[in-house]
Amino acid sequence: MSAASGSAPVPYKVTGPSALSGDWRRFTHLSVMLAVTDFKLRFFGSVLGYLWSLMRPLLMFGVLYAVFSVVFRFGGAVNSYPVVLLMAIVVYEYFGEATANAVQSVIDRENLVRKIHFPRMAIPLSITLTAAFNLGLNLVVVLFFMVVSGIEPRLSWLGVFPLVALLIAFATGIAMLLSALFVQYRDVSPIWDVVLRALFYATPIIYVIEQIEDRNETLAHIAMCNPLAVIIEQLRHMMIDPTAPSAAEAIGGAPMLLIPLGILVGSCALGFTVFNRRAPMIAERL
Amino acid sequence: MSAPPQQPFAVAVDGVSKTFALPHQHVNTLKERVLHPFQRTTYDRFEALKDVSFQVEPGEFFGIVGRNGSGKSTLLKCLAGIYGPDAGDIWLTGRMAPFIELGVGFNFELTARDNVLINAIMLGLTPAEARARYEDIIAFAELEQFVDLKLKNYSSGMHVRLAFAVMVQVDADVLLIDEVLAVGDAAFQQKCHDTLQEMRDEGRTILLVTHDMSAVERFCDRAMLLERGDLVMLGEPHEVAVGYNEMNFGRSGGGASAAGADRRGDGAARVLDAWFEDRDGNRAEVLEQGTPCSVRMLVEAQEPLEDPVCGFSINDDQHRRVFATATAWVGQSTGTFAAGDRAVVTLQFDTVFHPGRYSVTPFVAYRGSGDRMMDLRERLSSVVVTGTLETGGVVDLPHELVVTRAGTETPRALEPR
Repeated sequence: MSAASGSAPVPYKVTGPSALSGDWRRFTHLSVMLAVTDFKLRFFGSVLGYLWSLMRPLLMFGVLYAVFSVVFRFGGAVNSYPVVLLMAIVVYEYFGEATANAVQSVIDRENLVRKIHFPRMAIPLSITLTAAFNLGLNLVVVLFFMVVSGIEPRLSWLGVFPLVALLIAFATGIAMLLSALFVQYRDVSPIWDVVLRALFYATPIIYVIEQIEDRNETLAHIAMCNPLAVIIEQLRHMMIDPTAPSAAEAIGGAPMLLIPLGILVGSCALGFTVFNRRAPMIAERL
Repeated sequence: MSAPPQQPFAVAVDGVSKTFALPHQHVNTLKERVLHPFQRTTYDRFEALKDVSFQVEPGEFFGIVGRNGSGKSTLLKCLAGIYGPDAGDIWLTGRMAPFIELGVGFNFELTARDNVLINAIMLGLTPAEARARYEDIIAFAELEQFVDLKLKNYSSGMHVRLAFAVMVQVDADVLLIDEVLAVGDAAFQQKCHDTLQEMRDEGRTILLVTHDMSAVERFCDRAMLLERGDLVMLGEPHEVAVGYNEMNFGRSGGGASAAGADRRGDGAARVLDAWFEDRDGNRAEVLEQGTPCSVRMLVEAQEPLEDPVCGFSINDDQHRRVFATATAWVGQSTGTFAAGDRAVVTLQFDTVFHPGRYSVTPFVAYRGSGDRMMDLRERLSSVVVTGTLETGGVVDLPHELVVTRAGTETPRALEPR
């Protein structure tokens, strides 16, 4: 076993810790490895294993469906309300899981951060990746319900890919921001819990956007500035109900979509900047 | 950005400083930050490393020693890229693997198989390399039967073996090791030591942070001593080990500490002074283990005396008497003294004491049993014994340890030499 590998190694300078250092392959390996480990730990430990994570959105769906459809007769006017509701819950659950788990992620991996040099960004990214595995499997369940409830497959179903990509990008941006802030400010966690709860009601999940539009058009436009609302409404339009308004229609014209897009890109940029600036100090501040 | 040094090196550290800002009060919440947006936090500055420079040649085994808080771990973390230095540059040649702790990223809920792969990837292998070396790692750890057992069911010894096996197989050119070898049982320690020896023979560069001076002398080609962030010594392992021991036990003491020491006796004679001398006859506050030395005292008779007993008692820092002797005990007569007569009493021996601080209590007593004191001065003088030979017990007796094969037939094959 020889330590020297082939040609003489070239001297290099040791840089301090950073968000993204050097080798992209190592960064990818680490992120995936951390995500897979997380996934294994969470689901392989329990007897029913993965079933539980599928049950969560389904149970939530069951409760919400019972309350709003049967008791309040809320969704009567919406085409395929059960599937719309389930899809929206799955999207929101992903966002909630990814961001809420990210808050404490860096602290939880203190042991790694203080002992080893690796691109710090791998930590929040691994959290959003783990949640994305879940999202993928949950979307399969949604697909199953769509087929069962007799929705015809269409080419526009392919729109799910760019929309999910946007969703993951948004969640990753927020995850970076929160995980970096939490190292210094420990009240980020309860604050974010409240924000997530508010977001659940501010996003068209148990209702659809037309129900706001009917009462107050401006309010509907404001609600659609939320990137999650855009993603959910557009998914509904492309996947489930072509007669439902597209995101562009709901917000009052395609150019208006620049606002939620700006928020999405802005939060990614802000999250990255904050994380990148704080990354070198994380090991010292823990 | 400066250029790397010209001559070949494995590690080059050039003027590295690291200061930690310790805030007086932590602003821990966003709420506080929002309520007091302009409040400035004040900081204490703690200089963990001050302008440290050194180079380690390829293939060198380099020891880093220092007391707690001297900056060793900070230096290692800077080398490992966990802390960014505030000033100066660090250059490396070849792949570096840090072992600040064994088994970084180990998770007790996962099996040994998963943990090995995680740990190896954390340490810089690609997943493919990690899988390729998996068998070797398990074989080295001798845990073949337990690979599918969750780590939480492992004994701590198995845990450490597994972690060490990964470390060995990571195959880095430069290894940074921080006292990780201080764990495990004697057999494991031996394996660690053997492995270090092997890695050294393979020409890898190893930087070892340790408190174990015998390890420094045994393995290191060179060593450096850090104290409060300063590099105070760089050179031969033996010298550095001696320097470390001196620093640890302090250089103060000697005759000066006698003031206020306990004194007993009727004063018919007085012990004026007592001191240690090294082999060259100079007063010494530090003695090296294994060298000849002597303890001497100066006695003055205050009235005419007939054959007073002069003696020494040497105690260690836990007040255990390590050795005592007196003229009467060895059958030596001291003769007749007139008032004002002085004498120097010398006790010569080889410093066989275990490293540490020792004090001498000289006394003059009346002839007889030796317990009617004229003058006894408790711990009048002290000395620090430095050394690196690690044996058990209060003294390191000159010794020889022999293993003789007894054969298989009968135990009586062991015959007296």
